[in-house]
Amino acid sequence: MRINGSEAGSRMGSEGRKRRAGGGKTAAPKGSGAASRAPVRRRGPADRARTASRLQAQPPIAIRPARPGDLAAVTAIDARVTGIAKAAYWRGILRRYGNGEREGRHLLVAEAGGEVVGFIIGEVRDWEFGSPPCGWVFAIDVHPDARLSGVGTKLLAAMVRGFRRAGVRTIRTILARENSLILSFFRSQGMMAGPFIPLEMELD
Amino acid sequence: MKLQKNTRLALYSVLEFAAVPGRHVAAFEIAEKYGVSPHHLAKVLSELAREGIVESVRGVGGGYRFTGNARRLTLYDVIRRFEELSPTDAERRETGERTPAGRAITTVLSEIDEIAQATFRSITIATMLRIMARQDTAAGGRKAK
Repeated sequence: MRINGSEAGSRMGSEGRKRRAGGGKTAAPKGSGAASRAPVRRRGPADRARTASRLQAQPPIAIRPARPGDLAAVTAIDARVTGIAKAAYWRGILRRYGNGEREGRHLLVAEAGGEVVGFIIGEVRDWEFGSPPCGWVFAIDVHPDARLSGVGTKLLAAMVRGFRRAGVRTIRTILARENSLILSFFRSQGMMAGPFIPLEMELD
Repeated sequence: MKLQKNTRLALYSVLEFAAVPGRHVAAFEIAEKYGVSPHHLAKVLSELAREGIVESVRGVGGGYRFTGNARRLTLYDVIRRFEELSPTDAERRETGERTPAGRAITTVLSEIDEIAQATFRSITIATMLRIMARQDTAAGGRKAK
């Protein structure tokens, strides 16, 4: 932002900020945890070789609705990514969003080699904030060991298919602005800033 | 929001190089396409090379080649090499900044800056290339109609 030709200041200590490597807990209905942080590191040839060998070794990824038996895996992935175990919260989420499509709610998991390696939560909401029906993505998490292999992309694509079946044509999410990693992911999928601006205030 | 000329040139260059990974692009081609002098562009390119984003290719038809990771390199990573996105206290000195009105204005401008920075940090070069392709397709579609 520039006013009269001079650069306006920012309080953001950019160099001090590290890219979050955590999960994409976005605007979860409640209880969204702080994602873990990891230092920025340039990827070198060795990293690329490791990624390549891991990709080759990786089993195919299947996306399916979550089942009650997925509770432990989903809770564990979230705990690994956010550093906070929230068993009761995830039991509630699975109860409300699990077991296939109900009332436009979706909790999907990604399975690779018989293991759950990621999940996504979304819901169609009508006329909230004055918006026509749209598909909200509340959270997306991929186990750190299963990243960079398209799990997130497949999860989001499956969610989008569900939203389309429900007749909505807009997908929306909200997340911490310092969560560059997940913001980058959503942007890589074609998402841009929407017409809404979130506001908040500390209550005394 | 306005970027300085060198910043725009740096972004143009990075996008040109990243669009053809592994291949080198002659500097004069970029200078010609974006209407700048090769001399001016050379300074920008050497800064990008110093940062390891591109590397120079010597010999006949020499130029530069993209060496970054397009899926990780963000607009912020490029822009901050060319302009101050997080000024220090001394740099952000303004007339009347310590008055109540000055402090309130600083608060609002800081909010805008933080959102702008978050936007730059979240858009990778790969995403930019996708946006370009999408807009190109849309423009082609409009022309066809």
